[in-house]
Amino acid sequence: MAKITLQGLAHSYLETPTSPEDFALQELNHDWTDGEAYALLGPSGCGKSTLLNIISGLLIPSHGRVLFDGKDVTHLSTADRNIAQVFQFPVVYDTMTMRENLAFPLKNRGLAASEINARVERIGRMIDMTDVLDRRAAGLTADAKQKISLGRGMVRDDVNALLFDEPLTVIDPHMKWELRTQLKKLHHEFGHTMIYVTHDQTEALTFADKVVVMYDGRVVQIGTPDELFERPAHTFVGYFIGSPGMNLFDAEVQGRTAGIGGAEIDLGEGYRPGPGATKIGVRPEYIRLGQTGIPARVTRVEDVGRHKIVRLDAGGTQVAAIVGEGAPVPDGGTHIVFAPGGVNVYENEWRVVPEGGEAPLGAGREAA
Amino acid sequence: MSLTLENVSKVVGGATHIHKTDLTLNPGTMNVLLGPTSSGKTSLMRLMAGLDQPTTGRILWKDEDVTGQRVQDRKVAMVYQQFINYPSMSVYDNIASPLRLLKLDKSEIDRRVREAAELMQLTPQIDRKPLELSGGQQQRCALARALVKNAGLVLLDEPLANLDYKLREELRAEIPKIFERSGSIFVYATTEPEEALLLGGHCATLWEGRVTQFGPTPSVYRRPVDATTARVFSDPPMNFVDVEKRGAMLRFGKGAEVPAAALGGDLADGTYKVGFRPNHLSLEGGEDTLTFDTTLIVTEITGSETFVHLDHEGQRWVGLVHGVRHLEPDQPLRVHLHPRHVYLFGESGRLVQPAPYAEAA
Repeated sequence: MAKITLQGLAHSYLETPTSPEDFALQELNHDWTDGEAYALLGPSGCGKSTLLNIISGLLIPSHGRVLFDGKDVTHLSTADRNIAQVFQFPVVYDTMTMRENLAFPLKNRGLAASEINARVERIGRMIDMTDVLDRRAAGLTADAKQKISLGRGMVRDDVNALLFDEPLTVIDPHMKWELRTQLKKLHHEFGHTMIYVTHDQTEALTFADKVVVMYDGRVVQIGTPDELFERPAHTFVGYFIGSPGMNLFDAEVQGRTAGIGGAEIDLGEGYRPGPGATKIGVRPEYIRLGQTGIPARVTRVEDVGRHKIVRLDAGGTQVAAIVGEGAPVPDGGTHIVFAPGGVNVYENEWRVVPEGGEAPLGAGREAA
Repeated sequence: MSLTLENVSKVVGGATHIHKTDLTLNPGTMNVLLGPTSSGKTSLMRLMAGLDQPTTGRILWKDEDVTGQRVQDRKVAMVYQQFINYPSMSVYDNIASPLRLLKLDKSEIDRRVREAAELMQLTPQIDRKPLELSGGQQQRCALARALVKNAGLVLLDEPLANLDYKLREELRAEIPKIFERSGSIFVYATTEPEEALLLGGHCATLWEGRVTQFGPTPSVYRRPVDATTARVFSDPPMNFVDVEKRGAMLRFGKGAEVPAAALGGDLADGTYKVGFRPNHLSLEGGEDTLTFDTTLIVTEITGSETFVHLDHEGQRWVGLVHGVRHLEPDQPLRVHLHPRHVYLFGESGRLVQPAPYAEAA
């Protein structure tokens, strides 16, 4: 396992990039800590696959360097980087049995047969395919093949890093739970450095110790799931993490008070934002419906089983609130209130740190 | 104009793809087919569309037998998981293509194309080629083409599966609004319970080629007729534990004994299966809660909630609890469940007693 360092890394697909827009990946300096599990999360076209391809060696960056444990690998091929990769669609040798498929990377490295056997059995159990290991891969369903690809990616324990590119896309929801748990368990046991690319927030948040959120070729925040949820550094993170995403209100922020429409909200902390446009962000989980607060009208209620999403119109601003499974929802007119500690302040889309410094994480949740 | 499947089945080379099915879909309704991969969703849609012939049974379109009618002769539109657009045509021409096949006059085509484009929020992109669009816009273009025909039956086969999570969220909210206006029968296949709930309408759950239940979506979710339906309609999966009732006592698995009165009703002595949803499991006990000793396998934190993966006497459970819990794996963990969230299934899997909370909802 290795620490992976990105030094002044940037990439443009153009020969002579002139402006920041010419870069698919904006300049990035980052250490991927040895043994941590990271997720690279962002919408299509945000640059996450470009970044993964640079780390894996499929793409040579136009600017900067990639180091594995301090050694420059920028120009090394994928094969020479000693990494394992799992892709979105299964890569399986159809003429081999599943056992042979799983054993392939180990045989290539000349491991003893008994060792190979033990590991293949173990991985076979992990992906729940022990009873079919001696069948040929041809004719299997796509998700069975993908499980073999995943298993093959994890069968070696001497790799520098394990890279996953949307590996669960073709897997059924129920099996996703199973495989994700297994991946996590494996990570606990072996402490591989793992980088997992996905556009699915649930996958990213549940898999990773740290999530790297990308937007428009830039890394906008690197944080624990907790940090991304409670303190989105950019309004994009607020929108992209959470379902539905964070609500945003245009607001005049002065000290401890935010003016929204005609209403005044106590922010609980003092803020001194710069001269840019200010907004406040409140997650649907931190919006309460009640008798007082900002007037709003219920426009739609979505029952998603374990809770309800209430869509509201508050003076022209669309707002989403989450209420409990059995909670009553007012018909038509109501008011919205923000849970204390559940409010973030933004200036020009970037989060403003309160004057008194950060409160401990989870203050909003406790209050809610 | 309703669509009725009467005793319809499909057998291919000795393998039953669809077991005998009776189903009536009403005009102006959203009908979700919910089930895992290979459960028969696409097979059923192909039968509805007339792309495949049923082995037994009949398909009626507003009481007229259309079994065996060519799909081209029926008012059917289908959208697949892989967006299919003509790459060399503009968005406008893509949407117009089915109308041109119908040889409608030019002004009528123009009106309907612009209306569909507006509905799909594609007006600003109307002169672009599909490859110049984002994935979401490409799929909206395919959806617009399906809608423009005013087909009485619109079949959507996992249409959002290849899109970004956030785009899916947006289109999911749009699709019910579109169908509300159109009056067509919509059939929408998905593997995701949450998507089914968000789409609302009616839901047919599928398992191994069988429709296990059909009814209003929230009521199928809250009142599954059997353990299979409950399993299909739960993500994360529903948790199960065997119970044995003897006289006044209930024994859960190998462990806890509680008075049978805790689950209410008057059950006959015998073996049952208790099912409950992950979000109803709690780390805090309360009055009257059932208690289980489990081993924590792993936790997953989503930022606002925590998934706990548990081992209960060799059986896998998942719990979804509020807040962020940093818990050490491979440790014993005591969890709690309120009896009002318990479904009781018989040995055959049939629902014996619905969860009291669902009755109240």
